[in-house]
Amino acid sequence: MYKNFFRYLISAIFLLGFSVNSNADFKVGFVYVGPTGDHGWTFQHHEGRNAVEAAGIKTTFVESVPEGADAERVIRQLAQSGHDLIFTTSFGYMDPTNKVAKDFPNVKFEHATGYKREHSNVSTYSARFYEGRTLLGHIAGKMTKTNTIGYIASFPIPEVIRGINAMTLAAQKVNPNIKTKIVWVFTWYDPGKEAEAAQALIDQGADVIMQHTDSTAPVQTAEKAGVWSFGQASDMQRFAPKSILTSIIDDWAPYYVERAIAARDGTWNQQDTWHGLKEGMVAMGPYNSAMGADLVKEVEQLQKDLASGKVHSFTGPIYDQKGNILVAEGKVADDGMLAGMSVYVKGVEGDIPK
Amino acid sequence: MIKIEKRNDVPMALYFFTPFIAIILTILGGGIIFYILGFNPIEALKFYFITPISNLYGFSELLLKATPLCLIAIGLSFCFKSNNWNIGAEGQLTFGAIVGGGVALLFYNQEGFYILPLVITAGAIGGMFFALIPAILKTYFNTNEILVSLMLVYVSKLLLDYLVVGPWSNPEGFNFPETRQFSDSSRMPLLFEGLRIHAGIFLALAAVMLSWFILYKTYLGFQIKVSGLSLKTAKYAGFKGKTMILVVFMISGACAGLAGVGEITGPIGQLHRMISPDYGFTAIIVAFLGRLNPFGIIFASLVVALTYLGAETAQIFLQIPKYTGQVFQGMILFFLLASDYLLFFKVKILNLKKNELRH
Repeated sequence: MYKNFFRYLISAIFLLGFSVNSNADFKVGFVYVGPTGDHGWTFQHHEGRNAVEAAGIKTTFVESVPEGADAERVIRQLAQSGHDLIFTTSFGYMDPTNKVAKDFPNVKFEHATGYKREHSNVSTYSARFYEGRTLLGHIAGKMTKTNTIGYIASFPIPEVIRGINAMTLAAQKVNPNIKTKIVWVFTWYDPGKEAEAAQALIDQGADVIMQHTDSTAPVQTAEKAGVWSFGQASDMQRFAPKSILTSIIDDWAPYYVERAIAARDGTWNQQDTWHGLKEGMVAMGPYNSAMGADLVKEVEQLQKDLASGKVHSFTGPIYDQKGNILVAEGKVADDGMLAGMSVYVKGVEGDIPK
Repeated sequence: MIKIEKRNDVPMALYFFTPFIAIILTILGGGIIFYILGFNPIEALKFYFITPISNLYGFSELLLKATPLCLIAIGLSFCFKSNNWNIGAEGQLTFGAIVGGGVALLFYNQEGFYILPLVITAGAIGGMFFALIPAILKTYFNTNEILVSLMLVYVSKLLLDYLVVGPWSNPEGFNFPETRQFSDSSRMPLLFEGLRIHAGIFLALAAVMLSWFILYKTYLGFQIKVSGLSLKTAKYAGFKGKTMILVVFMISGACAGLAGVGEITGPIGQLHRMISPDYGFTAIIVAFLGRLNPFGIIFASLVVALTYLGAETAQIFLQIPKYTGQVFQGMILFFLLASDYLLFFKVKILNLKKNELRH
């Protein structure tokens, strides 16, 4: 008796959610892992949201949602309160997103950087950040005097390892003597730790620093120490105007606008998107004039070639640290191999933490 | 001239009533903040305190959020009542989750009714053990338990980081910092289909009952209360202080460990780096708002849990920054401490007369 009563109540709640959805009032929700003012990862997703707003679509966001037990409630609340399309912008939202998607088949979900699409209303998307890393590698290989590149890495997941490898391969091409030194900080956002890691790398002789973490601390540390650096996720030039050579910019705006319009017009389909320089999901910040006009020209050409597909970041021959061949001469790595990348290429120092 | 005097006659009724005054002042203060931020205060407060629990799902979420807060605060009340300042409940929660989660991972591919009780017990023992460290250091080496317990929070969090990145990370998980999903036998049973509220709430209720019994019906409870009122009296009465300190820390740690295990076997279902949004610290506010009284703590945990939910709803519907949740929690504590001060002390404004100056 009571069980039935609760069932009735629960389904009533869900129905309420759906009935709001059928309203002409189309709304898009965003779930952020950090504050909108982090000047990195979340800041760029927020810029994407602003573009959706500018396209005349109503949006809502919730910032600093922990990737624990709270994520599911926030996503569910967005679904219940009449949002038709929900972007969950961090890997840790993967299971909660799929769980909520099951209960709201009429709401569309877009999960960033994940690999689970358990229901037909869940899409995943990510960017080919490694193409940007190839450009950074080319620049770093030319700019370094000590032949040592310092790399602050977050977690040993394929995306991060792919970036390290792409950078190292490109740098080796222009400077065979370079070494890549890595410090693992095991965090996405911790300015204190990131600054310490940058300093440690500089102390070990690195004169070019780059990072796969979200804060501006590494570029600021590099500026103080007088070494070169690169912005990550967002254009960080104003935080270290002398030191920054360029930035990898995640530009989610075109994708968000396109998907929001598709969902509004009923043409949204499940898909797994992996866009790069070509589609503009990865963009580069302004190049520092300290690079010299020749190098800027070279890099701009490489950027065009990567976008057109003439050059691929992972073109063979590629060897792992022990000298085993990973990609044969004349071949390029396929997306499957890139998605599961879990070994360093030759020239990277140290071991992947296990 | 202002003179502050201790009040001699503080009515007990008022003592238990001030938390309500603090909450009312917080709501008023919150309304003013919303007004300054440019929102309609009535509407904002409605989204904050009413909308989150206006349906069954929301109510279940409130209980889900209040469960760990209540458990930890119950444990802390034993420590605080006896003048032991355990600030490291967050660490004990984390360590309990590590030990409990470790057991759950041992049985990741097995089913059996005995697994969940094992996991829960392991979590409680883990928390207990972690709380014993500051307790033993305090009793035998005279260290400051505030510092030790606080520092151990970072130790346990870094240990958890290490485990989920390294040895315990999911072998099929592409090196992402998380363990495997626990098997269904290590998960807390859900109470209602479609809602997330789980059997862990009974642990919290049992803790409330048990703590009431211990505090008010046993010799240990008497010792705890006397030690809290006056350590000298306790010594004079011949209480064995060291044992009591160890016991209250163990109770406190076990409760925090249970809270941790409740989170990972309840809504989360695996170990990763974000198992608690600082429940261990927020529970300190809960314990004091509840006047260290078991039933007061139930009430306080619901109020504080609501500030979390309200912050989310207010952001979804009005785009009020989510950090107002922390502002509300801060205001509750501030107003509570302020009204306590006025409760125990009176402020006198004196006229400066010549004959008074002569004193």
